[in-house]
Amino acid sequence: MNALPLSLAGASLLALGSGALWWRDQSLLCVSDLHFGKAERIARRGGATLPPYDTRDTLNRLSADLLRTNARTVICLGDSFDDLDAARGLPEEERLWITRLQAGRRWVWVEGNHDPGPIELGGMHMAELLHAPLTFRHIARDGASGEISGHYHPKASVRLGARSISRPAFLVDRNRIVMPAYGTFTGGLRCDAAPLTTLMHRDARAILTGTTPHQVPMPR
Amino acid sequence: MADLPDILTNWFATRGWAPHPHQLEMFARADDPATLLIAPTGGGKTMAGFLPTLADLATRDHAGLHTLYISPLKALAADIGRNLRRPVEDMGLPIRIEDRTGDTSATQRRRQRADPPHILLTTPESLALLVSYEDAPRIFAGLKRVVIDEIHALAESKRGDQLFLALSRLQSLCPGLARVGLSATVDDPAAIARLLARHPDPCTIVHADPGPAPDVAMLNTDALPPWAGGGAAHAIPAVLDQIRQHKTTLIFHNTRAQAEIFFHNLWLANDDGLPIGIHHGSLDRTQRQRVEAAMVRGELRAIVCTGSLDLGIDWGDVDLVIQIGAPKNVKRLVQRIGRANHRYNAPSKALLVPANRFEVVECIAALQAVAAGDLDGEPRGPGPRDVLCQHILIRACAGPFDADDLFAEVASTGAYATLSRAQFDDCLEFCATGGYALAAYDRWQRLVQRPDGLWQLRDPRTAQRIRMNIGTIQDTDTLKVRLRRNRGGKPLGEIEEGFAATLTPGDTFLIGGQIVRYEGLREMTVEVTRRADKKPRIATFMGTKFATSTQLSERMLDMFARDDWPEMPRHTADWLHLQRQVSHLPRRGRLLVESFPHDGRAHTCVYGFAGRNAMQTLGLLLTKRMEDTGLHPLGFVATDYATLIWGLDPVTDPAPLFDLAALRDGLDSWLAGNAVMKRTFRASATIAGLIERNMPGQRKSGRQATFSSDILYDTLLKYDPDHLLMQITREESRRGLVDFARIEDMCARVQGRIDHLRLDRVTPLAAPLLLEVGKVPVSGAAEERLLAEETARLFAESGLDSLAPAT
Repeated sequence: MNALPLSLAGASLLALGSGALWWRDQSLLCVSDLHFGKAERIARRGGATLPPYDTRDTLNRLSADLLRTNARTVICLGDSFDDLDAARGLPEEERLWITRLQAGRRWVWVEGNHDPGPIELGGMHMAELLHAPLTFRHIARDGASGEISGHYHPKASVRLGARSISRPAFLVDRNRIVMPAYGTFTGGLRCDAAPLTTLMHRDARAILTGTTPHQVPMPR
Repeated sequence: MADLPDILTNWFATRGWAPHPHQLEMFARADDPATLLIAPTGGGKTMAGFLPTLADLATRDHAGLHTLYISPLKALAADIGRNLRRPVEDMGLPIRIEDRTGDTSATQRRRQRADPPHILLTTPESLALLVSYEDAPRIFAGLKRVVIDEIHALAESKRGDQLFLALSRLQSLCPGLARVGLSATVDDPAAIARLLARHPDPCTIVHADPGPAPDVAMLNTDALPPWAGGGAAHAIPAVLDQIRQHKTTLIFHNTRAQAEIFFHNLWLANDDGLPIGIHHGSLDRTQRQRVEAAMVRGELRAIVCTGSLDLGIDWGDVDLVIQIGAPKNVKRLVQRIGRANHRYNAPSKALLVPANRFEVVECIAALQAVAAGDLDGEPRGPGPRDVLCQHILIRACAGPFDADDLFAEVASTGAYATLSRAQFDDCLEFCATGGYALAAYDRWQRLVQRPDGLWQLRDPRTAQRIRMNIGTIQDTDTLKVRLRRNRGGKPLGEIEEGFAATLTPGDTFLIGGQIVRYEGLREMTVEVTRRADKKPRIATFMGTKFATSTQLSERMLDMFARDDWPEMPRHTADWLHLQRQVSHLPRRGRLLVESFPHDGRAHTCVYGFAGRNAMQTLGLLLTKRMEDTGLHPLGFVATDYATLIWGLDPVTDPAPLFDLAALRDGLDSWLAGNAVMKRTFRASATIAGLIERNMPGQRKSGRQATFSSDILYDTLLKYDPDHLLMQITREESRRGLVDFARIEDMCARVQGRIDHLRLDRVTPLAAPLLLEVGKVPVSGAAEERLLAEETARLFAESGLDSLAPAT
């Protein structure tokens, strides 16, 4: 499989090239920062009318990961919706699509800073989720261990001669994993930026997403 | 012919001057709706443009704005202001002259809107902003004349398209408005006249005396020019000699990177300590202004520069222009030569310095073209629709509008005269709803149609965002460079974000002629120290590489057809003779393709002479075709003249590779994911208002909220490939960085007449290409493999691999 194995607090995990995290033993798939409805929110606030295909593109990729893994549990690790109005304003077609994906699965919406409240969609809604030995929450907490979080949209770059390739990346150290953003219209924060360099341990590595995931020592 | 008012005639007399005939003719034609003046540098163009204004204001009262002057450069507007105020003060005329550019203070700008001066000097972007205000009719009330300076430079770019669209709006506000264009010598004045005049009005063209022919030659150097590259380091001693022999020398380069390297080398060899400065668009403004001021005071003996000094500011007593590297374009060369000797009726003196052997041939072709007065022009297509989209948004900022009226206005602009109503409606639809196949923004349209049929902004606050993003100049994302100090050190200039991303602390690079050491990135500023402990890397600046014009390329091919080349340096003529002996020389109307083994790889060299951008695109397309046919290409390199491809298997029959339909298909499918197409898309999407560079109250930075325009491109390609912006991107790819039109022209000229030679070794003409930098590895697979190797190496080196779990 197009994936890179890693372990956290004794759990064996796979970082998928798509940016999802697969915990095979628990049949659990985790994705973070989907930002459904982002284009709509920008237009609503008087900004540009971006291509309104972001949600369906994110759903296309999520569907492919679900088809591949057939996960029994799905955790959306916060900022699943660009805001609560975006959750309410989701077109019927996309709402039904999510419902179809949820059928026969345990589905958990972990709350994020963009979507801090209940939403009118199926699935459980939680502030954070303990699934021993791992804790799933949106924003990493200092001193935590066995923690999977999102929020920062980390990206890492590797220099190839005169070029530099930059991609969304998992950041992994002995205590935590920070997930890349999975949503189509999401930018990235360079992992040598301040909150990430202080958060991650010295021996942290970055796993670049893409056709094949590649790991490097986290660039600082 | 009406006479000049006495006060002006007397002023000329007291200065000991007489008006030039073309200045008087411009005065006589003051009431023509549109007049274009073609005059060489130093021909008193500005005075010619302003004489009718001064005469009118000297003889009768006028309330409010009388004449609007537009120049492509802020600095030029300020310069003209100084030059105009002098006669006005000498004559004691009650004329208020002010400039309004991005540098004008907010207080001053507010005052200008409330109480406009008689003469306002501004830029296309500032004019577009003025036109976007709701009180535009009041600001421009009484406006009689508009003078567009350096119109030849504007006419070649989207800045010009934006300007002429703004003029169409002004013309509706001030129906009697007279338009005047001031141009340097150009190949096709009628084309510029069509842009200047309101369509279909006629436009008078006035030609000034072109002055004596320039004195241009190739610089003789003791050292031979190298086979490849563009540094011209071999010419440093000869150039220093010339600087010593002249008062002030301008040393032009085609790219900023080359200017930096040359300046560095010049400085190392400058044993006499001659005062020499450097000037280019990426240097900090205060640094540039210091160089400009020193130049005006006559303190500098030479300035190493780029196109930033192409346009008409009078920098004092330049008596020699040196062009480093082949000029690529005869028109620009002639304009540059004009910078030497600003005295009318004295020949300008210039020297060309070819940077390699191919450029020797190109320089000789350029000298012949200059002597023949044969300027090159690549005709521009119809007005680009991304600029039209921005204009529609600007119009909406000024208040509700009727679509029929706006279409009529737009169609009165020369560049948009052939725009169909359907094309216009597509642009309006894009501005209103985004124009997607999927109707998603019914509730959140940007523009809405009111019950009375007029269009207006849904949310009036949007106007601020639109105004903040006015303009068509494509700045690549750059980062400021500063010396590291406690409180932020001296700003040095800027480098491109892409180049900054390849720097690691300790790397050194050249900026403003000094070597600096990269220390780190702080708040989107590159911090450096003045420490030079290793060989500097050269900052790359994208989008500044010119391609050799069609005319020059054809002249080179014509030269190859001759038996001998007595006008060439011996070394270059010998090189061409040798090529003719072992292979062919490229010929017009045919395509020379050589295949030979070298260094264990099969090489194929295609002498397309289509300019570097097209030859680069051709390299991408041919290697894709070769991959499809199993020839295993590994990489290629392109110059203005040829593309060299290497791979595992030799090409036996090139004909199928040059099937135009297949090449075009390759452009559509494979180039769709190409970085050059994405950059083309980004430029258009930004101009059309889909991507906002500036947001109220925040500066876009590397925050996680922003995402790259590449994602927008990929999304449209996947879900809405016929979207307006994708159509525009495809149109744009015919010119500019992709330049597919020149590949089409090449295929059409050749008509399948391909001379394929299979040889046993590298040929004299192909050899320089082996030395060229900028080799492009082929395909995403190669990139993925390189990435895998590099990440594995980094990982193993760090010792982290011992921590990775076993699978």
